[in-house]
Amino acid sequence: MKRDRTRLVLGAILAAIVAAGPFLPPWLLFILTIAIARGLVALGLMLLLRAGLVSFGQALYYCIGAYTAGALGIGLKVSDVLLQMLAGAAVAALGAWVLGFLLARYRGIFFGLLSLALSMILYGLIVKNEALGSTDGLNVLPSTLFGVRPGEGWLRYSVVVAAAFAGVIAALLVNRYLRTPLGRLAPAIKDNEIRVEYMGASARHAIHVKYVIAGALAGMGGALAATTVGHIDPEMAYWTTSGEFIFMTILAGTGSVIAPFLGALIFGAIHSVAFDLSPNTWQMSLGAALLALILFLPDGLWSLFARRKAT
Amino acid sequence: MAAILDAQGLHKSFGAVAAANGINAAIERDSVVGLIGTNGAGKTTFINMITGYLKPDRGRIHYEGRDITERAPREITRMGICRSFQIPQLYASLTAYENMMIGIGAVLRNARLGGFFSRGEPLVPGHNLPAEEVAARILERFGLTDYRDKNAQVLPGGVRKLLDIALTMVAKPRILLLDEPTSGVSAEEKFGIMEMIMKAVRAEGATVLFVEHDMEVVSRFAERVLAFYDGRIIADGAPGEVLNDRAVKRYVIGGELHRIDEELGRGHA
Repeated sequence: MKRDRTRLVLGAILAAIVAAGPFLPPWLLFILTIAIARGLVALGLMLLLRAGLVSFGQALYYCIGAYTAGALGIGLKVSDVLLQMLAGAAVAALGAWVLGFLLARYRGIFFGLLSLALSMILYGLIVKNEALGSTDGLNVLPSTLFGVRPGEGWLRYSVVVAAAFAGVIAALLVNRYLRTPLGRLAPAIKDNEIRVEYMGASARHAIHVKYVIAGALAGMGGALAATTVGHIDPEMAYWTTSGEFIFMTILAGTGSVIAPFLGALIFGAIHSVAFDLSPNTWQMSLGAALLALILFLPDGLWSLFARRKAT
Repeated sequence: MAAILDAQGLHKSFGAVAAANGINAAIERDSVVGLIGTNGAGKTTFINMITGYLKPDRGRIHYEGRDITERAPREITRMGICRSFQIPQLYASLTAYENMMIGIGAVLRNARLGGFFSRGEPLVPGHNLPAEEVAARILERFGLTDYRDKNAQVLPGGVRKLLDIALTMVAKPRILLLDEPTSGVSAEEKFGIMEMIMKAVRAEGATVLFVEHDMEVVSRFAERVLAFYDGRIIADGAPGEVLNDRAVKRYVIGGELHRIDEELGRGHA
């Protein structure tokens, strides 16, 4: 069997972030942290995509995670990054578990649109709710780590290191999951659900589990984004946010658990460059990038690495 | 001998069409039973009801004394009743080997082995071998070793058929239902393929029910034949007896000839 180098590569990335972080400018650390937050969401979407499902509403859980972090900070004065991420993941997972009973029954466009509708319901609820800050949103307390509030110069660094640790652990757990019989079922569900059932496995249960994992990852990402940006607003649940997550996932491809983070980072880069060059038409550049990708790398960026390994 | 499977009074209608019209059959353990009948006689409906794909409107199905009439396909599969399909149901984008590994994964999972928290490589229940060896062994038994790393969607029709049947073997079925295992296979290859299938299946010690249109294949491999006509079993017994039955000759075998004529574009005058 092929040796899995995922652990090695993830370890190297983590070491690089820890070692190089102190020398990087704060804006770059910020971009890295946001890429990890979005990468976590894309990692969950990848799990669903492998089973042939596209959730157009993953921003639902991203937003739940963000507001959980906000509530912890404002209500309970808990501003620890890791605690907020854990809480965001837990609340989002609970939500995904409940909604999963409904969504796991649907496939294809119905799954996509139903997930979109659910996220827009949350958006509507927050917009109409003054206590949640309505369209203005809420400010989130600056992050702490293990009870310590890092100095001004070290805040971005400590958050990116905490985020990288959490991201690597999440990626490793998902990597292990993909090797379990339940995790390996994804392409089979995509190909032929009848056969899955006639092998004694439940496609619906497998999808439900993936949906909960994806929800937890999105919640974790949302909490991280909230504490990094220092502000939360209902846009986090808006359908365009979900669209961006799908963009990153397709950009990355489903070949590895590292790919979604790479996809998120490159999405951020394309976004920044496009916005710099033409602030009014940046969406067009983004669209062109996606078009080029679908034409030339239909299996995503990760297929570049996979291809090189194969030759 | 005790019946491993007992179907009593099965009825199933699709609108005005009655696909099963009071099917009664008790299948003995370790027997090989051929199901014959023209298209629409109720053979596949019978298989679909046993495996839980269709729920009968009336009647009950018992397997080893337990009522399985209302159970879902996956539960019935877990209990030991597996099936192959007239049109092979494979994981088209995966290789033959990966197809086998998905099936073995399902077996491991149902035995709560190889999960997220388990360490080391578990042995596949029933086979007592690691997953890779079970896959390799079954592929070899079905003569599929050369196709191991080919995607299922590019395999030739006959090979797809064999892989479809090989997939059922990972779960060590107690009862195996084969829906037209030799359809789409040339006349010369039929016997060889059936021989291979029966050898591989019997090595695992399963009760076999197979649907077949070729009466020579039926008389050679079946120990008992159930002849279907109009949603009912009109004859049940040893092949020599059933195939010479007047009603069977007229409605089933005659019907078969009629079907062949239709396929060749010749109608009966």
